[in-house]
Amino acid sequence: MTSPHETQPASASRDHDGEPPGVPGLRTWRGVYVFVFSCFVATVIALTIFSRVFA
Amino acid sequence: MNLIDWLVLVGTMVGIAAYGTWRTRHTDKLNTYLKGNASTGWATIGISVMATQASTITYLSLPGQAYENGIAFIQNYFGLPLALILVAAVFLPIYRKLGVYTAYEYLGKRFDQKTRLLGAGLFLLQRGIQAGITIYAPSIILATVLGWRLDLTIIFTGLLAIVYTVTGGSAAVNLTQKWQMAVIFGGMLTAFAILLYKLPPDATHIAGALGKLEAVDYTPDLQRRYTIWSGLLGGFFLSLSYFGTDQSQVQRYIGGAALREGRLGLMFNAVLKIPMQFVIVMLGALLFVFYQFQPSTPVIFNQSQWQRQVNGPQGEVFRELETRHATAHVAKQEKIRAWVAARDSGDDLAEAAARSEMLAAQEESNRIRQEARTALQTADPAAKKTRDSDYVFITFILTQLPHGVIGLLIAVMFASALSSKAGELNALGTTSTIDLWRHFRPLVEHDEARNVRNAKRFTAVWGIFAIAFALFVSFAENLIEALNIVASIFYPALLGVFIVAFFIKYVRGTAVFWAAILTQLAVIGIYVFGKIYPEHEIGYLWLNPIGCALCVLFSVVLQAALGDKSRASAS
Repeated sequence: MTSPHETQPASASRDHDGEPPGVPGLRTWRGVYVFVFSCFVATVIALTIFSRVFA
Repeated sequence: MNLIDWLVLVGTMVGIAAYGTWRTRHTDKLNTYLKGNASTGWATIGISVMATQASTITYLSLPGQAYENGIAFIQNYFGLPLALILVAAVFLPIYRKLGVYTAYEYLGKRFDQKTRLLGAGLFLLQRGIQAGITIYAPSIILATVLGWRLDLTIIFTGLLAIVYTVTGGSAAVNLTQKWQMAVIFGGMLTAFAILLYKLPPDATHIAGALGKLEAVDYTPDLQRRYTIWSGLLGGFFLSLSYFGTDQSQVQRYIGGAALREGRLGLMFNAVLKIPMQFVIVMLGALLFVFYQFQPSTPVIFNQSQWQRQVNGPQGEVFRELETRHATAHVAKQEKIRAWVAARDSGDDLAEAAARSEMLAAQEESNRIRQEARTALQTADPAAKKTRDSDYVFITFILTQLPHGVIGLLIAVMFASALSSKAGELNALGTTSTIDLWRHFRPLVEHDEARNVRNAKRFTAVWGIFAIAFALFVSFAENLIEALNIVASIFYPALLGVFIVAFFIKYVRGTAVFWAAILTQLAVIGIYVFGKIYPEHEIGYLWLNPIGCALCVLFSVVLQAALGDKSRASAS
């Protein structure tokens, strides 16, 4: 994305989008997002089973 | 509450506030004041994001909501992890790349100043009023139950938050929220453990049989308030608005040592939020089972208002309702025990028959409670200000927990009020300084000391406004509900502006500005139409995707209509 008003901020030099997340077993951010999404799907499945078991 | 409870309550609340004030008393750099310490790690950011979102209503009202309607409310959070992934992947890197203090500053860089002012104005209007409610909502319940003066409760809570938020800004908010969340987790888990200890062995099955454990509803019905579809789609857009465009959240994660810290802080919430909410709603569902086996479960939990009527001129009517409820309650207990016995016997036919009798007894009990609520609200209009379910958990705390733990749980309520209020004040002060004051006084941008002084002043002014508002709304009925609806009406247009800003780069300021205004009118129109024709009313969560889609559509159409003229003026 570009903007006619964009400026270069001081914090920009500290950030690297490609910087590894530093999470054991997950080397890329894509991996982190997939892991989080998988946790979410597992949670919804667990809640569905929970609802069925105790209904 | 006895002396031990008071020591725990005052010690934790004042202690945390004093610690935060003392540790951050030398904060004089604008960046630290507005974004927190540059060394802030992901855990602090994650806890801060969680603490700002979860106000006292979460801990006080949500168990009551589950007590009445079951745990289906948890579906409202289903869109949250997906929204947080998008915020971490797209929104956060752009905010950090541009080095902005507020989300609306980004709108100024991407579009123009009028769009920035529109975004900041919508936020200040909405969040300023919400900051008042953040104090008022728990105060009215705690004051009613504990017999405290409402005005003093509001003023004490408000001033405590103002002191450390003004002194240390974001650094103080982050620091205190960590300790406040420790108190909240400690208190809630203690209450949950004690409740589990007091429950009968078949508690979860009883809650399920009485319809309290239907967590996921796959029915494709727009008019149902909580389904997986409204939770996924509506909840996604609502969460995206809140976490991506509401400064009270943006401010929590744009600071930190690096982009990684903010992202991991958000992912921390994406993973833990639903399990955390599950514990809270389960607490409510299990409280329901607990009260089925209590010999003297009240017909109305707001006993201070109820007892006034019982001892008043119409006392006979209220005493008769109490007697009818007590009889129905005993009958229901018998039906529940009969169902448990039938279930244990393994006879399916007997189990089904016992279940339908138990549900009929439950319906009868609900009917009497509804009658009692209506009678109470007719006799005392002040009872309309809160829902009776809001008093369920606090009644359990005060009547079933040991001293010391009572003080801890009351501290949980105040800690959550302070943590969310501090986050809101911090964001209101920042937006007022950066998007309004500095916009109209651009020459002072480099005078750091003056910027910090003004941020402190604005934070204090918003804090006092919130207290004044909280004191004022105590005279109005149903205002909390009305304002929650207003908030859900204003978010979609704001989110639409940000979606256009991030993803449709050829759209310029004039087109998106007018699109936002048109969207706002359309969303209000849809809401009013639903109120006039209730058969066409849709659940309020659906306003979020509809409003956001309208804003994007209007922006594209208006940009096409305005064409090069708008692009030329933008450049």
